[in-house]
Amino acid sequence: MSAPAAGGDAVIVRDVAKSFGETHALRGVSLAVAPGELFGFIGPDGAGKTTLFRILTTLMLPDAGSARVLGFDVERDLWAIRARVGYMPGRFSLYPDLTVEENLRFFAAVFGTTIAEGRAVIEPIWRQIAPFASRRADALSGGMKQKLALCCALVHRPDILFLDEPTTGVDAVSRREFWEILAELRAGGLTTLVSTPYMDEASQCDRVALIHEGRILAIAPPDALGAGFGQALVAVRGADRFALLKLLREHSDTLAVYPFGAELHLTSRRPAAERDAAARDVAAWLAARGHPDAVVAPIEPGIEDTFMARMSGAAGEAAA
Amino acid sequence: MRGGALRAFVVKELQHIVRDRQTLTVLLLMPLVQVLLFGNALRNDVRDIRIAVVDPSPSAVTQRLRDAFVATRRFHIVADARAMDQVEPLFRRGEADVALVIDPAFTEQLGRGEPARVLLVTDASDPNTGSTMEAYALAVLGDYERTLRGGSAPGIAVQTRMRFNPTLESVNLFIPGLIALVLTLVSALMTAISLSREKERGTLEILLVSPLRPWQIIVGKVVPYIALGLANAATTLAVAWVVFHVPFRGSAALLLAESLLYTLASLALGVLIAANASSQRAAMLGALVVTMLPNTLLSGMIFPIASMPAPLRLVTNVVPARWFIVIARGIMLKGVGLEHLWVETLVLVGMTALLLVAAVRRFHARIA
Repeated sequence: MSAPAAGGDAVIVRDVAKSFGETHALRGVSLAVAPGELFGFIGPDGAGKTTLFRILTTLMLPDAGSARVLGFDVERDLWAIRARVGYMPGRFSLYPDLTVEENLRFFAAVFGTTIAEGRAVIEPIWRQIAPFASRRADALSGGMKQKLALCCALVHRPDILFLDEPTTGVDAVSRREFWEILAELRAGGLTTLVSTPYMDEASQCDRVALIHEGRILAIAPPDALGAGFGQALVAVRGADRFALLKLLREHSDTLAVYPFGAELHLTSRRPAAERDAAARDVAAWLAARGHPDAVVAPIEPGIEDTFMARMSGAAGEAAA
Repeated sequence: MRGGALRAFVVKELQHIVRDRQTLTVLLLMPLVQVLLFGNALRNDVRDIRIAVVDPSPSAVTQRLRDAFVATRRFHIVADARAMDQVEPLFRRGEADVALVIDPAFTEQLGRGEPARVLLVTDASDPNTGSTMEAYALAVLGDYERTLRGGSAPGIAVQTRMRFNPTLESVNLFIPGLIALVLTLVSALMTAISLSREKERGTLEILLVSPLRPWQIIVGKVVPYIALGLANAATTLAVAWVVFHVPFRGSAALLLAESLLYTLASLALGVLIAANASSQRAAMLGALVVTMLPNTLLSGMIFPIASMPAPLRLVTNVVPARWFIVIARGIMLKGVGLEHLWVETLVLVGMTALLLVAAVRRFHARIA
């Protein structure tokens, strides 16, 4: 088995499509991930993230297109890829009736290695779960389970790591700790592909792909994603959010309005340069309609705004 | 390296089994409870009884007795012999159910006005069928006796003898069936459940994305259940022997080897079921329908195959348990060896090979 070409991309995906009956999970996805990159996939449930991960980990074959991982073809070089990847599926996939240590020992053995040999790689995580080594996996907290699963995916020192929604259903503190671990792994040079429905996690990645309904909407570094946003964006805060939402949809400048935390974000038809004027217009307009207390301010778009804008754009294209 | 992975897999599987105390307890106690419960089997009607007539000195009188059996249509004569020795091999091969042995002096005894003697030997390896067949034969002899009474009325004296299972205990009969049931339950059902559990938990996804080949996953999965199944078969035998004094006449090594073969077939079936099931529940139901029902109803364990309607009789041929039960009964109750059981063994070998190939092919290296 030949080694992957030096300097080549760690992952190359070309026009990959996959359907399950009438459901189009992926409709022609292309991307490339550089070695050592921490690459994020952001998208809602059902966007196609899991299907893409399953194709890249050789669990599924694409209907069309091709994909290479570490230079190996996902269809032809099945076993070469399987010996080199670490994979954490979306669900909690460990044996609940085995202890922490037994789980880890088992997964090490399956990959033909031992805990001792993989120690260096898992050390930072292992330190956190070692106190529970003899506890059954089903007695661990969500955050601990997830760290154990990551240990199991890393113990055989993989060349590339696939994490499918690793932080779903985990508390905020554990999520932050988990991303700190990912940052450490990244510093060690491990190529990592991670998917998440949480926008706030995207900012930790080197690059992010926005994925929706089986299509990639954009690929960019997280802080550059907002830059492609041509429209003025304003945040509206008021007492009756629901009434405001309905009212703002009627404003002639409104392209899109959606709830964002405690606020509403309004994408205006006016260009980004006119956002101060756009905000003043909206404030005056709301005051005239019985909402003088509404606070309206121009803002810089975040990843979520980009996502919402691109999603409504995509929906508009589809409808047209 | 590879061997290490496989060993780790088997160890992990054993840990699952040992830690699931409830299931383990049920599995270990089940043979015991079942042996004690299956005390009373059901009575059944029998058609087409194969009878061998032993008539050392044929005459018009004995010919009439023979004809009395032919006339009932229920009996058909498979052999006319001069001595019991000639019938013995038929019994061993299971080609005769009943032997009617007419006393050499039958005609003279009748002529002298003494009770004429006949001996009725019945194959009772299946006690229900055995006693039913004996009752039919006695009824025919009774009718014959009445036609004689029209004359001088000396009557006939009938002696009866049951073969292979002379005390007529049904427990002797159902123990081989029970071994089949226990082996199926542990092998097919437990394998199907434990494999579909990995599927449901998502651990199978990780196992697939590992250097383990599909056959290694299957082997790692089934090895512990082979051991557990054989241990259960041994318990069943031990309980049967200690509590019910069921005889064991044949070779234990042969029975073990045949049990192993049958277990392999069941395990392959379990893997097949799990590969097709979407959840643990579906796998369990599937296993129950595909293995347990045919195993109890269509295997001859409880209901004699001979008394089934023709279409059902045909169906029994594809039930592995049917063949295993014939083998186990042959070894345990008749003490026969492979020379008499090679056909059944070959059928089982064929079925096992077919199921194993299907299981490995159906168990893909990918999920879609």
